[in-house]
Amino acid sequence: MPLIQETDYGTPVSKAEKTVTLTIDGVKVTVPEGTSLMRAAVDAGIQVPKLCATDSVAAFGSCRLCLVEIKGRNGTPASCTTPVAEGIEVSTQTERLKQIRRGVMELYISDHPLDCLTCAANGDCELQDMAGAVGLREVRYGYAGENHLDAAKDESNPYFTFDPSKCIVCSRCVRACEEVQGTFALTIDGRGFASHVSAGIDQDFIESECVSCGACVQACPTATLMEKSVIDIGQPEHSVVTTCAYCGVGCSFKAEMRGTEVVRMVPYKDGKANHGHSCVKGRFAWGYATHRDRILNPMVREKISDPWREVSWDEAIGHVASEFKRIQAKYGRTAVGGITSSRCTNEETYLVQKLIRAGFGNNNVDTCARVCHSPTGYGLKETFGTSAGTQDFDSVTEAEVVLIIGANPTDAHPVFASQMKRRLRAGAKLIVLDPRRIDLVRMPHVEASHHLQLKPGTNVALITALAHVIVTEGLADEAFVRERCDWDEFQDWAAFVAEARNSPEAVSAITGVPADAIRAAARLYATGGNAAIYYGLGVTEHSQGTTMVMGMANLAMATGNIGRRGVGVNPLRGQNNVQGACDMGSFPHEFTGYRHISDDVTRATFEALWGVTLDAEPGLRIPNMLDAAVDGSFKAIYIQGEDIAQSDPDTQHVVAGLENMECVVVQDLFLNETANFAHVFLPGSTFLEKDGTFTNAERRIGRVRKVMPSRSGMADWEITVAISNAMGFPMHYAHPSEIMDEIAELTPTFAGVSYDKLDALGSVQWPCNEAAPEGTPIMHIDHFVRGKGHFVITEYVPTDERTGPRFPLLLTTGRILSQYNVGAQTRRTDNVVWHHEDLLEIHPHDAEQRGVRDGDWVRLQSRAGGTSLRAKITERVAPGVVYTTFHHPETQANVVTTEFSDWATNCPEYKVTAVQVSPSNGPTEWQSRYQGISEHNRHIADAAE
Amino acid sequence: MSPDRLIYMANQIGKYFESQHRQNAVDGIADHLRKFWDPSMRRTISAYAKNGGEGLDPVVLQAVRALSGVGPT
Ligand code: SF4
Ligand code: SF4
Ligand code: SF4
Ligand code: FES
Repeated sequence: MPLIQETDYGTPVSKAEKTVTLTIDGVKVTVPEGTSLMRAAVDAGIQVPKLCATDSVAAFGSCRLCLVEIKGRNGTPASCTTPVAEGIEVSTQTERLKQIRRGVMELYISDHPLDCLTCAANGDCELQDMAGAVGLREVRYGYAGENHLDAAKDESNPYFTFDPSKCIVCSRCVRACEEVQGTFALTIDGRGFASHVSAGIDQDFIESECVSCGACVQACPTATLMEKSVIDIGQPEHSVVTTCAYCGVGCSFKAEMRGTEVVRMVPYKDGKANHGHSCVKGRFAWGYATHRDRILNPMVREKISDPWREVSWDEAIGHVASEFKRIQAKYGRTAVGGITSSRCTNEETYLVQKLIRAGFGNNNVDTCARVCHSPTGYGLKETFGTSAGTQDFDSVTEAEVVLIIGANPTDAHPVFASQMKRRLRAGAKLIVLDPRRIDLVRMPHVEASHHLQLKPGTNVALITALAHVIVTEGLADEAFVRERCDWDEFQDWAAFVAEARNSPEAVSAITGVPADAIRAAARLYATGGNAAIYYGLGVTEHSQGTTMVMGMANLAMATGNIGRRGVGVNPLRGQNNVQGACDMGSFPHEFTGYRHISDDVTRATFEALWGVTLDAEPGLRIPNMLDAAVDGSFKAIYIQGEDIAQSDPDTQHVVAGLENMECVVVQDLFLNETANFAHVFLPGSTFLEKDGTFTNAERRIGRVRKVMPSRSGMADWEITVAISNAMGFPMHYAHPSEIMDEIAELTPTFAGVSYDKLDALGSVQWPCNEAAPEGTPIMHIDHFVRGKGHFVITEYVPTDERTGPRFPLLLTTGRILSQYNVGAQTRRTDNVVWHHEDLLEIHPHDAEQRGVRDGDWVRLQSRAGGTSLRAKITERVAPGVVYTTFHHPETQANVVTTEFSDWATNCPEYKVTAVQVSPSNGPTEWQSRYQGISEHNRHIADAAE
Repeated sequence: MSPDRLIYMANQIGKYFESQHRQNAVDGIADHLRKFWDPSMRRTISAYAKNGGEGLDPVVLQAVRALSGVGPT
C-alpha cells in the first residue's frame, strides 16, 4: 500500500439532517446545514489554503489564510468559521485573496527558520505546502528583526519533541488537547508577539498533566511537535492499516513504514472505534517489537533448573509433540491442556482450542479472560442471552447519564474515555461507583454528580439498594418490562429488592455509602434520560462478580435502559482481544459463539468438519488445572501468550502447580515469569508480524495486518498448526483468512464474516450473518437474544475474605495508563518514565497510624503471602483501603492475593484482599528468593556450553 | 483434586441457587456442576458426598447426590 493520505476537511462534520445547496468556484454542492464553507469546498473538490483549521477540532479562525469572497457580501470571511447558506456563490481564488494570502504567509515565514531541507517534517509540513499553494516567492521583512528562532527545544517527552522556534501559534495543539483528548494540558500564554504554546504552567511536557496521547503532535501543521521516531528515521513511504494490540478499545492505526521499519503509528480517521485518536500505548509504545530481550529462537530444556538450549523449530515442535503424547499415554488423555491468549488474534485462539479439543482429545482449554471478564460472559448470557456488551462506543454520544462501575476508563480505556469526557463536557451526568477516587470523579470540565465510594466487596449490596429505590419509588419502566421481560420474574425480583434489608438505609452500614447518596444516584439513573452502564474489573473480580453483572442487567431492564442508542450495559475489556478469545471457544465448556459442548447438534457440526469425535464433558479451568497439577493429575500445558505466574492470583500456588508439571510449553515474545517454569519456549510474533483479526469490547472485528516479517520465523498460528501436525491431527491453512472462513462456517454469529468483507467495510460488529450482513452495533433492539429478559435475584453474600485484627485493611488492585497489564510489552518501552514501579496507595490516616511516610518501603502482607513496595500517601483511597497496580514482576502483587474466586466462573477475587501494611526495609525474602530463581531459570546456554 | 477446595466452591454455588425463588435449588446446582465442572471434579465431590459429605450445605449435598445418580435423600 502507498502512504495513505487522509483528506483533511478542515472542520468537523455537521450532523444536521437538513441540507443546503451553494456554489463554490462555479461548482454546485449540497451539504448538511452548519457545514463550514471550507468543508463544503473540499466536498466540491476544492482545497482552500488553511493553517489553523483541521477537521479533528472546531474552527478557530486565527490564521486568515482561508479567506474567501461571497457574492453580494462585503469583506473576506474566513471559510473555516463561516457556515454555508442556501444559494450563495463563493469564490476561493481571486486576485484580492491571493494578495492577502501571500501577505499572511510572508509574515509567518519571516519568523520561521528556513531549514526546510534538513527539517524532519520536510514533505509533511503544511506551512511548506501553503507557501507553495499561495505562490510565496519572497519574504520582504528579513530575519534581522525580533523573532523566535532561538527558542529552546523541549525534548522531555520520550516520544516527541517540542521545538517552539517552528511554532506558528495556530493553537491546533491546544484545541486537540482539549477537544480530542480532553486533558487541557496546553494553553497559549502571553499576547501578540509573546504568545506561545505552554504545557502546564510553562512546564516541560513531562512535568505537565500531559498524558502523551499524541493528539497535539498529530494536529500540529509544522515540525514544532514532532515524533522523535520521524526525526530519527525520516518520513515514511508506505502505510498499512492495522489494529492496536494493547487494550479492548481496539483503535485502528496506520502503521507508517520505511521498508520493514515502523516510522510511526498514526490513528486512522476511518477507525470506527477511535475516529483518529489514540493513547500513549498504541501510538508510541511499539518499541518492544524490536527490543533486545525478545527471544527469536525456540528453546528446550530437560529440567527447569537447566539453562535453556536453543534448538531448531523442527526439534522444538517435535519435542512438544512427543512429550504431550508420552504424558497422555502415561497419565491419561486429560492430563494435558492449554491456555489461549487474549493478546493473540481470533484465528490463533481458535486454533489453540481446536488443537486441544480435537488434537489432545479433551476440553482442558481456558483463556486469560478467566481472570478478568468470565463473569461478564455468564452474567450477560443468563440475563440477556449473549455474552457481550450491548452497544457500540459511539452510543455514548447519546447518553444523558453515564454510570461507571469498577472501571477507570481514563487509564485503562483512554480513547473511549476521551469520547465519554466529550459527552460529559456537553452536559451528560456522571455517577461513579468505585472504592477509589478515579480521575473522572473530578477533572478539568468533568465532575461526577455522585461518587459512591463503597467498601471493596460490597458491590452487590449496593446495586440491590439502587434497585430498591427504583422499585419502591415507582421509577421502574413497567411498560418496557411487561413487553420485553418475564413479568413474573420481575415481580419476584421487585419484591426481593423492596425488602427493607435492601434499602439504602440498611445497606449503608455494609457499603459505607450514605443512604441519601444511594437514593440520589438511583433517581438520576432511572429518571435522567438515556442511562448507560460502563463497567470493568471492579465488577467482575469478586466472589460475587457474576451476581453483580446480573445486578446491573436487572437495573438496565427495570428502567428500560437497553435496546437503543445511548443506553446499555457495557463491559470495558482489558486486553485487546478478550472479547475475541471468549467468542472463539476458549472456555472449557463452550464452542465458538458460546455454545455448550454438551449440545449434540453443535458438537456434530464440529465433529463433521474436523473429522474427529469430541468430548461432550467440560474440561478444566485454569485454577482447576493448577489444583490438579498440585495434586499430580495434570502434567502438561501449552500456554499461548499468557503469563499466569504473574497475572494469576496466589502466585505461590501457581508456581507449585507449574513446578509439578512434566512439560510446560510457553509461547511468548519474552521470557516471562511463567517461562521460568517452562521446558519449551516457542518464540511468538508481535501484531506487526502477522495477519489476523482482533475483536474489541464493542464486538467489533478489526483486521490486524502484517507490516514486517516475523522475527522468529513463525507467526503464532503457524506454531499451533505445526504442533497439531506433529501430534497427528493435521491442519491445513495457507493464510489466516482460511481460518476465519472455517470460524464463519461453524459459528452462526460470525457466518457473514470474511476478510473480503472486513477489507470492504473496515470492520464489522458481530452478530454478522444473513440477518445482519453489515453487523450489529446495538443489540437486543426488539427482543432479547434469549427471548424475554431474565431478572435474577441478587442476594448479597459477603466475601469470606474479611478484615480482622491481623489484616485490618482491604487491598484492591488496578492499572494505570502508561502500562499494560503485566507490563511485558510496556516495560520494554519508554513508557517506564511514567511508571517505573508499582506503588501502594494508602490514606494519610492509615499511613500515620503505621508511621509510614510518602515514598517509604512498606511490607504488604495477607494470609497468602507478603511483598514489599513503596507507599504513596493519597486521599484517593478511603481510610481502611489500600490500592496497587500489578505491572511489575518485582512487586509480585499476586503473592498477596488469595484463592477466593467468583462462585460461577472462578474469576479470582483480585479486588478484595485483607492485608496489613507495615514499614519495611526493602524487598521481602520471597521477592529476593524469587528474583534469584528467576535469574537462574532464565539462563540461556552459549552455543559452546 | 482436594475435596476442600471443591466443597468451598460447591457451597458458594449453592448459596446463589438457594436465593433464586423460581428455580429449584437442587436442580440448579446439579445443572451448574454438570455444565461447568470437569468430570474428575464431579467424581471427587460425588465420592466425598457418598462418604457423608461433611461440610457440604444440605442443598448442595442433595444436588451432588443427584449428580452421581444416588438421588436426593
Ligand atoms: S500529548 Fe495529548 S495530553 Fe499531551 S499535550 Fe498533547 S494532546 Fe495534550
Ligand atoms: S505547536 Fe504546532 S499546533 Fe501548536 S500552535 Fe505551534 S504550530 Fe500550531
Ligand atoms: S491501548 Fe487502547 S486506547 Fe490506547 S491506542 Fe491501543 S486500543 Fe487505543
Ligand atoms: S484556516 Fe481558517 S482562519 Fe486559519
